[in-house]
This record gives sequence, C-alpha cells and structure tokens, in this order.
Amino acid sequence: MEEIRQPMISMKNVTYSYHSLKGETPALKDVTFDVYEKEFICLVGPSGCGKSTLLSLLAGLIEAESGELISEIKDVGYMLQRDYLLPWRTIYDNVALGLEIQHKKTTENRERLREMLKTYNLADFANKRPSELSGGMRQRAALIRTLALEPDLLLLDEPFSALDYQTRLEVCDDVAEIIRKEGKTAILVTHDLSEAISMGDRVFVLSKRPATILKEIPIRFETENLTPFHRRQAPEFAGYFAVLWEELQKASAG
Amino acid sequence: MNHKKQESLQEQPSSELQRKYLQQNRRRRIIVNILRISLIVVFFVLWECAAEKKWIDSFIFSSPSRLYACFLELWSDGSLLHHIEVTLFETFVSFGIVMGVGLVAALLLWMSSFAFQVLEPYLVMLNSLPKSALAPLLIVWLGNQMRTIIVAAVSVAAFGAIISLYTGFSQMDPEQIKLIYTLGGKRRDALTKVIIPGNLPLIVSTMKVNLGLSLVGVIIGEFLASNAGLGYLIIYSSQVFKMDTLILSILILCIMSFALYGLIQLLERLTKKY
Repeated sequence: MEEIRQPMISMKNVTYSYHSLKGETPALKDVTFDVYEKEFICLVGPSGCGKSTLLSLLAGLIEAESGELISEIKDVGYMLQRDYLLPWRTIYDNVALGLEIQHKKTTENRERLREMLKTYNLADFANKRPSELSGGMRQRAALIRTLALEPDLLLLDEPFSALDYQTRLEVCDDVAEIIRKEGKTAILVTHDLSEAISMGDRVFVLSKRPATILKEIPIRFETENLTPFHRRQAPEFAGYFAVLWEELQKASAG
Repeated sequence: MNHKKQESLQEQPSSELQRKYLQQNRRRRIIVNILRISLIVVFFVLWECAAEKKWIDSFIFSSPSRLYACFLELWSDGSLLHHIEVTLFETFVSFGIVMGVGLVAALLLWMSSFAFQVLEPYLVMLNSLPKSALAPLLIVWLGNQMRTIIVAAVSVAAFGAIISLYTGFSQMDPEQIKLIYTLGGKRRDALTKVIIPGNLPLIVSTMKVNLGLSLVGVIIGEFLASNAGLGYLIIYSSQVFKMDTLILSILILCIMSFALYGLIQLLERLTKKY
C-alpha cells in the first residue's frame, strides 16, 4: 500500500454480543481493520469465533453495539455457506431472485443474466431445477445471483465448505477468476488456511470468541495473478502456510 | 418426472428382466383393480342375498334393491339432488372460509411471533375443544339456518388449519430467509418468495385434511340445525325410521367424500407439475 488510498470500509473497535436467556455471548470485541478497493481479504480463525457475525455486520443485517463502521459501499453481495437455491425455482429464476426483489428485472439486466449464465457455463441449465445440478454448478449459480445485483463488495461466508475437495478447488478457481474479472472487492471467511493463502491479498487471523484481529498477514507471490490452484504450487505457499498455522495455533490457545 | 421415466422405459424395455418386471407390475395393477371391484360387488350381492333369504331384517338393514328403489324415488322428485347440493355447497363454503382464515391467520402469526406467543394457549385450547359441544350454542345464537352450519364446520377445521400452517411457516430454514435479506429484501419478500412457495405442499395437504373436516363439520351442523342436506336427511330418516333413506344417504356421503378427495388429489398433481 505505497500510495495513500481511501479505505472502502473502515471498522474501528467494533463490538457485538448475542443475547439469550442463558446469557450473553460476546462475538466480536474491538475489531479494527480497513479494506481497500479491489482487495481480497481472507478472515481465518478458530471455528465458531464470530466470523459470520462480522460478515452480517458488514452486510448491514445487524448493527454494531459499539464502535464505528464507516462504509463507502452501497451494494453488498453476500454469499452464504450453502447455495440456498430455492428448489421450486428454475436456475434462471433463482439467479434473477435478487433483481426480482429489488424490482430491477429490466430487459437489460435480463440480457446480462443470460450472458453471465453463458460465461459461467450454466446457459444450458437455465431452465433446470437446482436439484439437477452438481454442487459446483449450484455454487456458481449462487455467485451469479449475488453478482447480478452488481455489488461493490462481495462477502463470502465459507462458500466452498459444503463441496467435496475436487469441486472445491475447481469452484475456488472459478470464483477467484470471476471476482478478478468483475473487479470486485471481496471478504472471504474460511477455516481452510490453504484456501485463504491461495485467494487472499491479505489474511486476518482472528482470535477465539470474542473475536478480535490478532494478526494481519499480507500475501505476495512473485508471479502476479496466479489462480488459486497455481498459488498452491508456488514456492512461497508453504512458507505462508507455516506462518499462518503458527498464528492460528496461538489464536486457538487464546 | 418419475412418471415420465417409467413411460420411456415402457416404450423400450432395456432388458429381458426389465420387461419381466414391467409385466409383473402391470399384472399386479390389473389384479388389484379386479379385486377392488369384486370386493364391492360381492358385498352388495351378499347383502342382497341375506335380505332375500331373510337372514337379516331388510326393514332395518335395508338391501341393495330397496336402496335402488329408494334412490329412484328420491331422485325423481328432485329432493335427493337438492340435499346433495346443499351439503356440497355448505362444505365448499366452509372449506373456503377455513383455508382463507387459516392462511391469513397463520401468516399474521408468522409475522408477529409476539402475537403467537400471546395467543398460543388459546389456539391449542380451541383446537382440542370438541366442537360439537358448540353446536347447541350456535343454534341459539345464530338460529336454525345455513350460516349456523357453516360456522360450526369452520369451527371444526379452522384452528387445526391455523396451527399446522403456522408450524410449517415457522419451520422454514432461517438461512433461506436470511438469503432474502442479503439480496436486499424485506419481510414481505421473505413471505412471497420463500414462505408461501416453500409451503405449497403443506398448503395442499392442509387442504386435503380440511376438505374432509369441513364435510364432518357440515354433517354435524346439519344434524342439529337444518332442513336440508344429507346430514338432515340422515337424522330425519332415522327419526321416522326410514332405514332405506338413511343408509342411502350414508352411501352417497361415502361417494361424496371419495370424490372430494379425488378433487384435491388432482389439485396436488397440478401443483407438483408447477
């Protein structure tokens, strides 16, 4: 970050807790970070540490209890852990769901959806039901549904965790390419270190609950614009993995 | 989908074994149909024989031939058709009200979990109350007329419909609803895009149950307060000891409930296709 850039998102000392009859569960504590345009941020941390809460905050689904969240972003795209394609809708009607809700189903947008389905090899499945598609295809459809609204920021909540390993690598490549091609800013939550290293520009390590950011690790590969798959084979990969592993061990130990 | 698969297989059986399987399947279906029909034929023939040979008293137990004569008589003066029409009309009106009230109330309760929390014990109480106990009260309040019967029938089915629809609505995957919010949707969108389409099978199965229950409610109502309808015919003929008419009415009621069930099944098939 040589040049001085204005962050797209700036979070300062954000705290959030869940309340239930059994008591208060603090999920986030003093979370502070900035995100710049077209950056790919990965959040890793022990499971159940409040990563999803952080995304819900960024998506505006919940509000911080204290702290500051300054966001230049109007449209946020949120990809949930599973595709949640609605089984009673065709693939086309599923990817059009966001446009339908926001009353933006114009001829132009419809055309763009068709184009995207074509680009991501789903055109032949436009009139099929989700149950007729493979896991990877469903995840691509879910991504198109999110991208159809042309969000400035993409939030990805372990979007590959429901996929088998091979599909996971494939979809990971697809998604990374799509995000790069569309020039999006993205925040990915994952517990898979290799995934974080293979996709991110910066990796944040979160502590146990209540989550706070313990460490920020910038990821740089000598060869630029490697696909996630190729990053996994690059010489720097193992080094990053070792660093991240150590940090995560520390985080889990508290 | 499944049906289509079967059809295409039937066109060109892939192997000897498959052909054999299909043949067996078809034979089984034919045998089932033959047995179904013969069961009812045997029943009527035995009944007729028993009456003929005086094994049973046909004045009390009637007989198919007496029923047929009774049917012709009541049919020719148009009174039977009138009773059937009245019962069917009351059933459909009650059913329509039950489904309307059930859907609207369940949706409102879904939208306000607070209201549900407040109202739940009353709903449970009203649902388990034997509604026939209300009938005498309704007669006094509403009089000896059709609206009493419809209110009675609605009270039989409505609370169960509200509870089962609400349960279905509230058991939708919260992540599916979160999806709607992540796409910038509001509560209304969650309702129209997820809750209602996702519960279409439940709505149809609730319809199935409630068409039957509405008929039960209508007959109960007609027992107590009416001057037309199959329920009235049953009570009236038992009071004047016209056993032929009584049994004929029950028989018609059997056919009617069977036909109503078929109607809903047709609807179910249509929604599945959609």
